[in-house]
Amino acid sequence: AMLRASLRQVSAALKEGRVTPTELCQRCLALIRSTKFLNAYITIAEETALKQAEESEERYKKGQPLGILDGIPIAVKDNFNTAGIETTCASNMLKGYISPYNATVVQKLLDHGAVLLGKTNLDEFAMGSGSTDGVFGPVRNPWSYSKQYKEKSVPKSHSEDEESGWVITGGSSGGSAAAVSSFTCFAALGSDTGGSTRNPAAHCGVVGLKPTYGLISRHGLIPLVNSMDVPGILTRCVDDAAVLLGSLAGHDPKDSTTIQDDFKPFELPNLTDVSKLSIGIPKEYHAPGLSSEILALWSKAADLFKNAGAKVVEVSLPHTRYSIVCYHVLCTAEVASNMARFDGLEYGHRSDMKDSTESMYAATRREGFNDVVRGRILSGNYFLLKQNYEKYFVKAQKVRRLIANDFVKVFRSGVDVLLTPTTLSDAAPYTEFIQEDNRTRSAQDDILTQAANMAGLPAINVPTALSERGLPVGLQFIGRSFQEKQLLTVAKWFEKQVQFPVIQLEVVKRHDNGVFQHQKSASFS
Amino acid sequence: QKVSVEVLDHLEHLALVDFRDSEGVERLQKAIQFADQLHDVNTDGVEPMDSVLEDRCLYLREDDVTEGNCTKELLENAREKVEEYFVAPPGNIPLPKLEERETFLQGS
Repeated sequence: AMLRASLRQVSAALKEGRVTPTELCQRCLALIRSTKFLNAYITIAEETALKQAEESEERYKKGQPLGILDGIPIAVKDNFNTAGIETTCASNMLKGYISPYNATVVQKLLDHGAVLLGKTNLDEFAMGSGSTDGVFGPVRNPWSYSKQYKEKSVPKSHSEDEESGWVITGGSSGGSAAAVSSFTCFAALGSDTGGSTRNPAAHCGVVGLKPTYGLISRHGLIPLVNSMDVPGILTRCVDDAAVLLGSLAGHDPKDSTTIQDDFKPFELPNLTDVSKLSIGIPKEYHAPGLSSEILALWSKAADLFKNAGAKVVEVSLPHTRYSIVCYHVLCTAEVASNMARFDGLEYGHRSDMKDSTESMYAATRREGFNDVVRGRILSGNYFLLKQNYEKYFVKAQKVRRLIANDFVKVFRSGVDVLLTPTTLSDAAPYTEFIQEDNRTRSAQDDILTQAANMAGLPAINVPTALSERGLPVGLQFIGRSFQEKQLLTVAKWFEKQVQFPVIQLEVVKRHDNGVFQHQKSASFS
Repeated sequence: QKVSVEVLDHLEHLALVDFRDSEGVERLQKAIQFADQLHDVNTDGVEPMDSVLEDRCLYLREDDVTEGNCTKELLENAREKVEEYFVAPPGNIPLPKLEERETFLQGS
């Protein structure tokens, strides 16, 4: 069961020679081809991936691997620059754009010997919470095709069921989440501005880590909101996320918003005694629209900690209900600024309009951006107008401070980690999801995740249980600034307690001949 | 409070993107309505927050040239170029006024 192993397990197998990097790479590429219907990948870098795998193999033969990540197939969200490989942000604006450089995080992965399989699908320019609004079409949640989901769904006509019943991945890093969830890679990079890594992680049943703002370099990540964006890490277990974090974190002179403190990669201890832990349950995260199923799971999780001896306290983050509004204003304002670089002159799409510079820019942008992007640019410009600047933009910045302060107060009161739901419900069917517009959906779906972006705090989604429909539900832990080790230690303990089931995908079994080990222990739900 | 056509036109000029149709304009209206909820919050005496890293100093490196000479790479992705120049259509020509422009707002 090589493809379904964890990153650390397969790394050990590579070291022991039980599998070679090229064999592993070939298997992943074959599985990507077989799961094309998921639409998780925009570009598959087959040639370069095989070359990287060959180079890795040489190193293993010499007994000189670069580290745990040497030879490990990974995928990268298509809003990270990758030298020589098309980077589109799922937009017509960047179709055909071949990056001249690697984003720092991509370079770091390659320097550690990782094998870059390809670029994953997303909402256009990472704006959205469904991975449905990119020009290459929507990403399908692999769980739509799982035995667990099919067993629970009401059978319509057999052909109709497969085609129209599929559920979304969540977003905007849906392609990366689907890629990890369907075993085509062992880890993937996403980005997280309002929840874009944690949301699809929850819907696809994988671990999604949003690191503290300033810990991981944003150089080469095509920016959405400079004050909130972070690269996100998607893996199948918490230990794997710690491995990725270890190779990515640290000061980058090319991104002056990365902190200069020394970062030491860490291995996570196997926590057995949680009696010294204080878990905070923010009551405002019982948000309107939270499904009763998730509420029950959240409550059960709190009890789990309590029964294990941890201190579990209800806390208050009073400005929670304004955080989505605040985010909306700050996000659109920064977007208006960041999207100004796309004018057709130096890269990307360029209109044939020749009358004047301004009319060329206008036509290029009309042709290159979708409704969602244009909408956010226009809203952002509205909030930044002289007559609105104080009323909206500065006001939102003040509210941001109140939100950040809410967290400071709670952590100062002795709470180590907060426990909240990640999403309001399990993944919606695509046909249902698209009935509301992108802004409404984002406002609904980001509600539990984006306060962490506003405050710059680290947060992680841990897959918890399956819903009644047989789909993944995750819970979120939010930690103190730069205390990823503590956050991940708690998350790992929780992961061990809940024993989230492995997805049963027929197509994967066919590719992954070998003993398939069933998760035996009682599931959490 | 509906946004006036003058402001909508002004926004199209500033943003250099178009509203395209009534849905686009509605989208803005809804966005403003949504944002108005901010005014329910009391922010007296609260300083605006630019960055969560405000308590730290940004890294400033030495003013030494460490990379460059990548003209060829930088020109690769441009559609219109001549020698080492990006070529733009003539500048200093303002966008046509509302009445003369092809825009959805014309009908408003």
